Amino acid sequence: MSWLTAKRRRPAAGYALVLLGLLLVGAIYATITAAAGPASASAPSPAQQAQIATGRAIFEQECATCHGFAAQGTPDVAPSLIGVGAAAVDFQVSTGRMPAAQNGAENARKPPRLNAAQTHAVAAYIASLAGGPPIPTAAQVSSTHANVGLGQQLFTADCAQCHNFVGAGGALTDGKFAPALTQSTPTQIYEAMLTGPEAMPVFNDTTITPGEKADIIAYVTKTRDQANPGGFSLGRVGPVTEGLVAFLGLLLFMVLVAMWITAKHGKSHD
Amino acid sequence: MTDSNSGTPQPGVPEGEARAVPHRVIGTPAPAEARTMLRPEAESKPPAPRELPSDPPDPRHAKNAERLVSALFILAFLGGAAFIAAYLIFQVHSVEGTLHSNWGLGISMSVVFLALGAGATIWVRHLMPTVELTEERHPMRSADADREAFAETFAEGADTSQFVKRPLVRRTLIAATVPLAIAPIFVLRDLGPLPRKSLNTTVWRKGIRLIEYTTNRPLTPADFSSPGGMITVAPEGFQDDFDAMAKAAVIIIKFRPEQLQPPTVMNWTVDGIVAYSKICTHVGCPAALYEQTTHRILCPCHQSTFDATRGAEVIFGPATRPLPQLPITTDSQGFLIAQSDFHEPVGPSYWERG
Repeated sequence: MSWLTAKRRRPAAGYALVLLGLLLVGAIYATITAAAGPASASAPSPAQQAQIATGRAIFEQECATCHGFAAQGTPDVAPSLIGVGAAAVDFQVSTGRMPAAQNGAENARKPPRLNAAQTHAVAAYIASLAGGPPIPTAAQVSSTHANVGLGQQLFTADCAQCHNFVGAGGALTDGKFAPALTQSTPTQIYEAMLTGPEAMPVFNDTTITPGEKADIIAYVTKTRDQANPGGFSLGRVGPVTEGLVAFLGLLLFMVLVAMWITAKHGKSHD
Repeated sequence: MTDSNSGTPQPGVPEGEARAVPHRVIGTPAPAEARTMLRPEAESKPPAPRELPSDPPDPRHAKNAERLVSALFILAFLGGAAFIAAYLIFQVHSVEGTLHSNWGLGISMSVVFLALGAGATIWVRHLMPTVELTEERHPMRSADADREAFAETFAEGADTSQFVKRPLVRRTLIAATVPLAIAPIFVLRDLGPLPRKSLNTTVWRKGIRLIEYTTNRPLTPADFSSPGGMITVAPEGFQDDFDAMAKAAVIIIKFRPEQLQPPTVMNWTVDGIVAYSKICTHVGCPAALYEQTTHRILCPCHQSTFDATRGAEVIFGPATRPLPQLPITTDSQGFLIAQSDFHEPVGPSYWERG
């Protein structure tokens, strides 16, 4: 030990330590990727490899600042993306939530920064690290054979408490909120259920089956087509707003009537 | 006796006193001047009686107003007739029929009152004169003579009616009215029956499976294996019994086992799956806004917040007790079942809860 104590102040010691650290990280990384290898599907084709390489380049440019060059995350800033899967990446990037503008209670939906091809490339890269839920296919999210009625029941039982019964969204704790589902695409709704972005719980395929997920999507998208009686949606948040509007409207009407009753009209009879 | 006159000074009596002491007994004719309704300051000056105008100045305008008012009153009459007709025409044997009946009755009655109100307002504004009149305040106390006369009449009435003399009639009359007075107290019985012990327990029993609400599928721990998952479950066999579900609704949440801490009862969990009552302990709203990042269960009504990793203890809001935890285990086929009912009453506090 006295040998170490004697040499640790030498200029070369710092470089040696960094080298040792890098070797260690490399060894751990190799172990992790080797262990995760069987989790992902069969060996990627050259085309997929090219997509993964593109995705990695975009990731390092757009995401690595917070999520780290190995997607390992930064404590208290950004979560690890090992094993989150392509579905989570596609959801976060296609809704514009990622790359995030700033760290806040909740990342709101905004126009996406990456196009669909770039998003899929990053998703493929993250999936290549450690598998995870894939992006659902168009057939999986289609409402063609969906049971809208069952979708409504499921949505009411397990989604409406946060997202409101027509998907208008609502508040959570500490500035977080359940977003409105008015602009969500069927794919994004599916991915959100599968991966549980931010504070949202996960609804895996054995709890809510893919078919039931399609039912829920059908309900959410069908309610958008519902006519609003009177032409105003009032946020579609139920009888409270409607009652408030009626109350305020009638109050104003009654004030005007009271003014009309008591008004002095121009030509007095006396 | 507010119609006793005090507006005209009496000869020989000072003015102030004349106003304070009424001198006309009810029922006797008033002096002619009483109808002129003078302003107070006019009393000291030479009286300048201002008669109310008998007719509006513009006869054509008045005629139009008259027609409009009568039209509105006729409309009110028709509305009233329509109300009776609507009552007879729209029968309420179906939901659809009730809807039509409500529309018919509501609209016709609105027309009646709106037309009556508008007609009366136009009548006042266009036909009645708009002169300001002042009336004097009169003393509230009746004249001594009146009070004496009243006492006399009252005593005389009591006497001649035999009310005092014939106690049988008097007492039976009192007895006749007593049940009527007590009757409303008996109506209070409809507030009951008392819930007795029904709030202490739910339908959860040992061996009842937890089924996913709506799809009615029983769940195994392997089905519900994603940490961060949450789902509403019902006791199998009671999913369509709303009275039972009002107390028995439960949410199950999946954690990694090491995330759960006391006071969560670990023997009541399965592989990090914990079951809590969905009924908020504040006033009974469904508390199921679960945030998987903070492990909070939020109640949307009054923002009571429960920590799902720590036995759903209250961390914010008006609730005072944690959400009761349902003891769960698995049966021989691997499905999640209840070990027993909740060990405490679910939902809001009540007097007999103890």
